[in-house]
Amino acid sequence: MSPGVYVHIPFCRSKCPYCGFYSVPSKRPVPIWFEGIKKEIRLYKGLFGRFDSLYLGGGTPTFLDDAILSCLTDHLFAHFDFTADREFTIEANPCDLSAEKIRLLKELGINRVNVGIQSFDDGALAFLGRRHTGREAENSLKRLRRLGFRNIGVDLIYGLPGQTLEHWEGTLNQALLFQPEHISCYELTLEEQTVFGRLQEKGEMHGLSEEDGRAFFLAAAKRLGEAGYVHYEVSNYARTEAFCCRHNSKYWNRSPYLGLGPSAHSFDGTERWWNVRSVRHYGALLKRGSPPIQARETLTKEQIRLESLALGFRTSQGVALTRMALEPRSTEMLSTLKTAGLLKLKDGRVVPTEEGFLVADSLPLCFFP
Amino acid sequence: MDHIRNFSIIAHIDHGKSTLADRLIQAAGLVNERDFRDQILDTMDIERERGITIKSQAISLPYVDKQGRSFELNLIDTPGHVDFSYEVSRALASCEGVLLLVDAAQGVEAQTVANAYAAMEHDLEIIPVINKIDLPSADIERVKEEIEIELGLDSDQAILCSAKEGTGIRDVLEAIVTVIPPPSGPVEKPLQALIFDAHYDPFRGTIVSCRLFSGSVRAGDRIRLMHNRATYKAEEVGLFRLNREPKKELSAGEVGYIISGIKTVSDVRIGDTITLEGNAAQAPLPGFKEIKPVVFASIYPVASDDYRSLADALEKYKLNDAALIFQKDSSAALGLGFRCGFLGLLHLEIVQERLEREYGQSLIMTSPTVQYRFLLSNGEEIIVDNPVYYPDPSTIVKAMEPFIRASIMIPERYMGAVMDLCLERRGVNAQFNYPTPGRIEIRFDMPLAEVIYDFYDSLKTVTQGYGSFDYELLDYRESDLVKLNILLNGEKVDALSQIVFRDSARPRALNACQKLKQEIPRHMFKIAIQGAIGSTVIARSTISPFRKDVTAKCYGGDITRKRKLLEKQKKGKKRMKMVGSVAIPQSAFVAVLKTDKKGS
Ligand SMILES: Nc1nc2c(ncn2[C@@H]2O[C@H](COP(=O)(O)OP(=O)(O)O)[C@@H](O)[C@H]2O)c(=O)[nH]1
Ligand code: SF4
Ligand SMILES: [Mg+2]
Repeated sequence: MSPGVYVHIPFCRSKCPYCGFYSVPSKRPVPIWFEGIKKEIRLYKGLFGRFDSLYLGGGTPTFLDDAILSCLTDHLFAHFDFTADREFTIEANPCDLSAEKIRLLKELGINRVNVGIQSFDDGALAFLGRRHTGREAENSLKRLRRLGFRNIGVDLIYGLPGQTLEHWEGTLNQALLFQPEHISCYELTLEEQTVFGRLQEKGEMHGLSEEDGRAFFLAAAKRLGEAGYVHYEVSNYARTEAFCCRHNSKYWNRSPYLGLGPSAHSFDGTERWWNVRSVRHYGALLKRGSPPIQARETLTKEQIRLESLALGFRTSQGVALTRMALEPRSTEMLSTLKTAGLLKLKDGRVVPTEEGFLVADSLPLCFFP
Repeated sequence: MDHIRNFSIIAHIDHGKSTLADRLIQAAGLVNERDFRDQILDTMDIERERGITIKSQAISLPYVDKQGRSFELNLIDTPGHVDFSYEVSRALASCEGVLLLVDAAQGVEAQTVANAYAAMEHDLEIIPVINKIDLPSADIERVKEEIEIELGLDSDQAILCSAKEGTGIRDVLEAIVTVIPPPSGPVEKPLQALIFDAHYDPFRGTIVSCRLFSGSVRAGDRIRLMHNRATYKAEEVGLFRLNREPKKELSAGEVGYIISGIKTVSDVRIGDTITLEGNAAQAPLPGFKEIKPVVFASIYPVASDDYRSLADALEKYKLNDAALIFQKDSSAALGLGFRCGFLGLLHLEIVQERLEREYGQSLIMTSPTVQYRFLLSNGEEIIVDNPVYYPDPSTIVKAMEPFIRASIMIPERYMGAVMDLCLERRGVNAQFNYPTPGRIEIRFDMPLAEVIYDFYDSLKTVTQGYGSFDYELLDYRESDLVKLNILLNGEKVDALSQIVFRDSARPRALNACQKLKQEIPRHMFKIAIQGAIGSTVIARSTISPFRKDVTAKCYGGDITRKRKLLEKQKKGKKRMKMVGSVAIPQSAFVAVLKTDKKGS
């Protein structure tokens, strides 16, 4: 499997109240970050072979000034080797997607844009602290199409307080009008150290109940299934197999990837390592010539099996029977879970059903003593 | 010998035995204020925490009386629980008198009566001591009346004290030297020393505590354990102070220790008589009994790989607890483990707790059971202490179970509730005593199995803590028994089976199903719980599955965090037992034996 590159661009206009990713609501540290990235790219030159995917994530990559964005891609292409058919994704905010910006993205060789739509409802968007309106969301998608993007992904969020199932189905229908190649449906989770997380601690906000969580999840699976989408990972749908996100799939099938930038994670097939979180720390280490690595780990056999199962059961690929390393007890477990309608066997692989996706966090441990 | 007094303190739990012992030790000047800690004789953590003396202890206290005469007072502290009544009887046999301690506010309780009677059986001088007179709720007159009527003792002789505040301690000490007779026993006769306890010391092996009734023993003598027919060389003899104090010789009347290279406490038997090999006594001292376990349960390591470690822990534990017996056992559901016999429920709890705390074991203990007897159609009589070996019902001619005589003391207002409880627990042959106005003693014959089944807690609940309870084993009586099986998703869990009285089978089964439903966490699939006799299901409950736990969000390339979370859960899961596809937490095995408390 060819490796992929991920670049973490940890800058946003403002911090969304639900977001637990590392990002800073300011452009001020961009120079420190950029100097760092350039050095980090050189550190890994030649170490990973040919990449077939490049993913600019964040944060809000489209928030970067055009010059920096171009310079970044130049650097990446200058020092790393990519296949001709590489998938090159950028995460984009609808309000950044002006015609000029979109043209720039095309020029830079980006062939996949993943738009943080979240919702088409102004009320919901305001609640989520998003800076765009429903109209802007629609326009950004239209513009991307008009200017020639053939691979568009949209991110949607469900489970807002008070949201009805009908409202969520409305959101899905609106997204489907644009026939996006890829749709990600994320449940609004209340994470520690976010505004919403703190509200939850105070008892002022609640996550979805088990029943509602199921209902929203299954509604998406049903609606998108009817529209012909492939449910290929717990949160991810593709219009056809060909549009499954090549880069993200590397995470799930344990292919190697190189993560650049603060807090980025890397995996070379044996070892995992991850960078320090803060931009300043990251910049300082690289300035000194040290790798900005926080920690590394080499996995034991048992850990590899656990990961393979945990990741595999999140995808429609499931886990190869040979990888399951079944002993009598887990064979019995497998048949129990099959009877319960959570797993099925397909071409020598153990594959989760839609109901199985819903309990994907518990499935792997069933096969460990 | 005139300067020796051998005595014990007997009391209902919490009436202040340990506190009084502390005061006596302090008065003897054996510890200075700085080193003093509460409950000196209760050395195990578990004794201190639970406030129950588990092992006998002895200590020799020097005392100078009002007339200036010097004495050696040997205090033999006895375990405070019916489970250890044999040890208590051997400790009492080593004394000439007892302090019968009664709480001035609580008055005479069930164990006060049982202990007083035991002391009388041994012809001991009994000094009633009314403790806790400092309490505002103390009712000395009423307690005196109870002592007169219930115990038939002269209450004018009762000494008043507050062990807590230290008042009356001098009076207690004076009474010990004036009322309790000195030991008598011919020094010139062959050695007869009664073993009333044994402790294990990792450096010295077994330390035998004994009372000499005749003769004497010196370091270097060859001694013989008369019932065990084993001989050893006495390496060291001496007195118990706070630590051991070696002496040249112990002689008739004295209480002390003998160290003689005996490896484990299981090599000596409480109640055995030590004599000299060269000059042996004609016969051992009377009263020796093999202690036999009455409650049985299996223990298994939570993780099957820990079987060896559990085996080691049991071996080590056994060094200091001769009463525990165990042998290898295996269960289809729980793997390799041990079948253990205990003196009673408290003993069982102590063993479990100490194995977990002091020996770091994670255990699953199955439902405790008593020893049943079955007469089979082929004429054979078998003993069954494990539901797994319940005989084929068609071959049973007659089933028998052990009965006890229970004695319960309560304020009169709880009589109705306690009668109901006892009748529900198959109590028969009720007898009532009215020791003092307002109080009542109820005696019942009852199956031991009913006592095991959460009886203490139920009694406490229905009497709001005012009921006290004691029992003695009676005999075996015919009974109508069945084996109750518990099935999880159709799979029989042998470790959850119980042998029960036929008429109780349904309520027991319902209770077990309910309890398991509470204890077993939801799974990804439905779990059917069934209680069955043979192939007939008599109770059922279901645990509905959880149907969502996935976090439908994006976490990029950070796989490590997710994996670490799973690893943590995986560890937690190791504390569960898998039965088929169902993970059962440790607590479930105990919970099936608990009833839902009625009353307030
Ligand atoms: N007020 C009061 N409390 C006492 C007295 N003697 C003991 N206690 C308390 O009664 C409780 C039980 O005492 P303890 O000596 O452990 O009783 P044991 O179970 O008989 O050994 C403890 O909380 C003691 O502090 C006393 O003379 N007066
Ligand atoms: S959700 Fe996206 S835009 Fe909002 S703070 Fe997080 S990374 Fe930035
Ligand atoms: Mg005590």
